[in-house]
Amino acid sequence: MKRVVITGAGTINPLGHSVPETFAAMKAGTCGIAELDIRDVERLSIRIGGQVKNYEPDSHFNRQQLALYDRFTQFTLLAAREAVGQSGLEFSGQLANLSGVVLGTSGGGLNTQDENYRAVYEEGKNRVHPFIVPKLMNNAAASHVSMEWNLRGPSFTVATACASSNHAMGQAFWLVRNGVADVMVTGGSESMLCFGGVKAWEGLRVMSKDTCRPFSANRSGMVQGEGAGVFVFEELEHARARGAEILAEVLGFSMTADASDIVMPSKHGASRAIQGALRDARLNPSDVGYINAHGTGTAANDKTECAAVSDVFGAHADRLMISSTKSMHGHLIGGTGAVELLACIMALRDGVIAPTVGYEEPDPECALDVVPNEAREAKVDAVLSNAFAFGGLNAVLALGRV
Amino acid sequence: MSQDIKDKIIAIIAEQAVLEPSDVTMEQTLDDLGIDSMGLVECIFAIEEAFDIQVPFNANEPQKSEFDISSVAAIVEAVRALVTRQNA
Repeated sequence: MKRVVITGAGTINPLGHSVPETFAAMKAGTCGIAELDIRDVERLSIRIGGQVKNYEPDSHFNRQQLALYDRFTQFTLLAAREAVGQSGLEFSGQLANLSGVVLGTSGGGLNTQDENYRAVYEEGKNRVHPFIVPKLMNNAAASHVSMEWNLRGPSFTVATACASSNHAMGQAFWLVRNGVADVMVTGGSESMLCFGGVKAWEGLRVMSKDTCRPFSANRSGMVQGEGAGVFVFEELEHARARGAEILAEVLGFSMTADASDIVMPSKHGASRAIQGALRDARLNPSDVGYINAHGTGTAANDKTECAAVSDVFGAHADRLMISSTKSMHGHLIGGTGAVELLACIMALRDGVIAPTVGYEEPDPECALDVVPNEAREAKVDAVLSNAFAFGGLNAVLALGRV
Repeated sequence: MSQDIKDKIIAIIAEQAVLEPSDVTMEQTLDDLGIDSMGLVECIFAIEEAFDIQVPFNANEPQKSEFDISSVAAIVEAVRALVTRQNA
C-alpha cells in the first residue's frame, strides 16, 4: 500500500480568501458569523450565517465563466487554484491520466436553483438560461476542476450531507493509497446561503439566532456557513521525488452508517467510525493529540459526539484536545470537513490548536478540553477530523506529521 | 374560539400520535402519546400553520423554550396566549 501526503491546500470561507488568512483568523479566534446579506432576508427568521465576505465574482471570472459557474463552483475553483498552485504540479501525459478529482457537496448549485425557481414560479417567466442544468448539477465543480487542470483520472462527486467532504477526501485517499491514482485533488464546497437554503434549515428548528456555541451549556443551535476547501493528495514517493513541500500525511479513514434515524445521531455509529479511522491509521488512541470535532452546536450532536469520544479514548479523552471550528466559520454542510481539515493541518504543522469560540458555560455532558475561546500552542503528532451527517452517515479522517 | 383552539390542537396531536382525538386527554404528555422530538417539531409546524402564529421553539433545548410543552393542556394554554397576543 502506498503512503499518501498533502502537498497543496486552498480555501475560501467566512474566515478568509486563502489558507494563510484562514490560519490567521483561527489563531486569533475570529468569529466569521454575522448578519446575512441575501435577497429576502427579511422573510427569514434565521438571519445570521457564515458568509464569504468582500467577494466579487467578476474580479475572478469572466462573463462566460459566470454563466456556467454557480457560487459553489466558483468557491471550488478559487480554492483549487490555491491548492494546485502550492503543490507546484502540472498535469500532462501519464500524470494527467493518473490524477483525478473527487469533491463533496450537499446542495450543489443551490443558488442557481433558487434564482431560477424564482424566475419561473414567482416572476412567471417561461424561459430560463440554456446552461441552468450544467450550472446546478452537483458534479459541476468537480468537472470544472478536471477541465481547468487537465485531470483525466477517476473523478466524481460525493453527496452525504454534512459528511460529504470527509467522504470525498476518504475516497481520494483510498484511490492514491491503492495505486489507482498518483494525485487526487479533493475536498468540498457548499453555497447554501440563499433564501430557499436557509428557509429549509429553519424548518428543522435547530438553527441559532445569535451564534454557534458548540459544547457550551447555553448553546442555541447551529449556524450555516459557505465556502470551499481543496487539497492535493499525492503519493509520498511521487512527492519526495520532485522535492515537494509536504503539509501532512493522511494516515487513515473510516466510514460507518448508524442505520437508526434520519436526523438523530448515534453514539455507536460515531464511535465505530472513530475506532475505524484509528485502526486504519494504525494509531493507538493515546497517539491522538487533537480532534477537529463535528461540533455543530446542537444538543443532539455535541452530547453524542463527546460520549463517543469518551467511549473510544477512555482516560486519554481527558488529555486530548477537541475543538469545533464551526464556532468561527459556521457549518459549511457539504464543504465543512474540507475547511475543518485546515485546522488539522495547522495543528500538525504550526503547533497551534484552533479554539472553540463563543464558549461560555461548561456542559457536564461535554466535559472534554474543547480549547475554549483562545487558540493554544501544542505539539501534536496525530489528529482526527470527525464528520457525522444527517442520515447517520459518518466519516472520520486521521492525519499525521511526516 | 377557546374550544375551537383546544379541538384543533388535539386533532393535530392525535394525528401525530396516530390516535383518535377522543383518545387524547389534557393531562397527557407528549411522551405518554409516543411523540418524539421530530414529531414535536411537526406538531409545532402544524400549529403555526393552523393558527397563523409564530411559536417560539428551539428543538435544541425544548425544555428551555418559552413555549410550554409539558402536557396537552400546557400546549393549548400556550397557543391560546399566542393567539390572544396576536389579536391584541
